[in-house]
Amino acid sequence: MMFRAFMDGPFGPSKWMTLFSDFSEIFLIGFFTTLKVASLGLCLALVLGIVFGVFSTSNSKILRTIARVYVEIWQNTPLVIQIFFLYNGLPRFGLVWSQFVIGVIGVGLYHGAYISEVVRTGIEAIPKGQYEAAASQGFTYLQTMRYIILPQSIKIILPPLTNQALNLVKNTSVLAMIAGGDLMYHADSWSTYKLVYGPTYIVTGMLYFVICYPLSKLAERLEKKSKEDAPAPVGSDDAGKGGAEA
Amino acid sequence: MIRVENVNKFFGDVHVLKDVNLTVEEGEKLVIIGPSGSGKSTLIRCMNYLEEPTSGKVYIDDVELTHKNKTEMARKCSSMVFQQFNLYPHMTVLGNLTLAPIKLQGVPKEKAIEDAYGYLERVGLRHKADAYPQNLSGGQQQRVAIARALATKQKIILFDEPTSALDPEMVQEVLDVMVELSKENITMICVTHEMGFARQVADRVIFMDGGTIIESGTPDHFFENPQNERTKSFLSKILR
Ligand SMILES: Nc1ncnc2c1ncn2[C@@H]1O[C@H](COP(=O)(O)OP(=O)(O)OP(=O)(O)O)[C@@H](O)[C@H]1O
Ligand SMILES: [Mg+2]
Repeated sequence: MMFRAFMDGPFGPSKWMTLFSDFSEIFLIGFFTTLKVASLGLCLALVLGIVFGVFSTSNSKILRTIARVYVEIWQNTPLVIQIFFLYNGLPRFGLVWSQFVIGVIGVGLYHGAYISEVVRTGIEAIPKGQYEAAASQGFTYLQTMRYIILPQSIKIILPPLTNQALNLVKNTSVLAMIAGGDLMYHADSWSTYKLVYGPTYIVTGMLYFVICYPLSKLAERLEKKSKEDAPAPVGSDDAGKGGAEA
Repeated sequence: MIRVENVNKFFGDVHVLKDVNLTVEEGEKLVIIGPSGSGKSTLIRCMNYLEEPTSGKVYIDDVELTHKNKTEMARKCSSMVFQQFNLYPHMTVLGNLTLAPIKLQGVPKEKAIEDAYGYLERVGLRHKADAYPQNLSGGQQQRVAIARALATKQKIILFDEPTSALDPEMVQEVLDVMVELSKENITMICVTHEMGFARQVADRVIFMDGGTIIESGTPDHFFENPQNERTKSFLSKILR
């Protein structure tokens, strides 16, 4: 009795067998789509984060306002709504994007707002004297950022940035809601079709874990390292060794 | 030549520079003294537009400094040495010296490095070329900062209390470098309380108080025969 209940139960061996026979065509495709969406989304988020982070520390009121508006709107509305808007709202304005593109742009914009705040904090931690030294040598604002401020901010920025990357990976799973072809979507539709729920979600969770766990360990390490080095600001081995190179 | 004409500077409601006029000749060594808060830093920071005057004009070689040309003028005309050194901590000493020549002046990297070694030699720190600033003493950092100022080959170097943040035993090594430097045809404008240095090096000393230049003259005039009461009382405090 007990045995039969187990064999036919939601976690029974037959369920697992079904799952593994379809594993590669279902989960791996989704897994790689998720990886692709996440890495492209992260690139976009990084670019946006640096641009708007620099904007929000600039002297120009207009640039600061633009950055504020972007950050506040994207940080203070749920990602799901943003994705739905891109999926259902934009086509009304004649913009039709594939789910893949929506995924990249959606998580990119969303995490770009958070990364922008991370970058802003990193920039603001650099003392005023650095700007003055740069200005006295004749560096423009952008050159000052590129050669002097941002390279010093990196150490402060890196740990929270890694956390953002990790959240970004997990957040790509909202794509399932618009049939995004990602890991979560494949898992969900396959499990509904085959009526194999428990094992599916365990395996899916494990696949996300495989990406996220190393990232969280990396964040931990960077955090610890940046605390150890805290009083002596930045001394990475590449920058400036044997002369100034960009 | 630097010409400061009727410069006023307000920070909010505080009137920090009051109608200041001053001309500094090419190659002149000028020392600015005065009590804390008298506007010394503000005045020399107007000369490279780190502070923009509220009114009045600053000329370098007859070119008026403006908000628009300040970066270009800083690139071409002047360097500054700060009280807190302000070296770039993410770069080696060599990186600090070569960044501006390479990125701003188009000097080829090999040439910039070769020059940098020369300037480090002059401040006695050739052996520290690959060190990072945080691993140097205060005196060494300030000497690197002076070498960095030299590396851009400007005619004007502005010093804002270069020895005030140093432990007493490190003051002399920095002053020695500055005395050496004064033998060249560089315009040196130096806010400092080092009266021995002023006496040895300055062509002219000016005393500031309350945002105006109270008295101006040769070091001999100043230290033997000051005229103004405020100058006298300041000097008596500082020379004691
Ligand atoms: N950025 C600023 N904002 C507001 N007030 C300022 C600013 N910079 C300087 N001041 C004020 O202007 C006055 C003159 O300052 P300044 O730094 O030029 O004096 P100083 O003669 O260099 O003094 P010290 O010997 O202490 O360096 C001071 O009262 C100071 O508080
Ligand atoms: Mg000062």
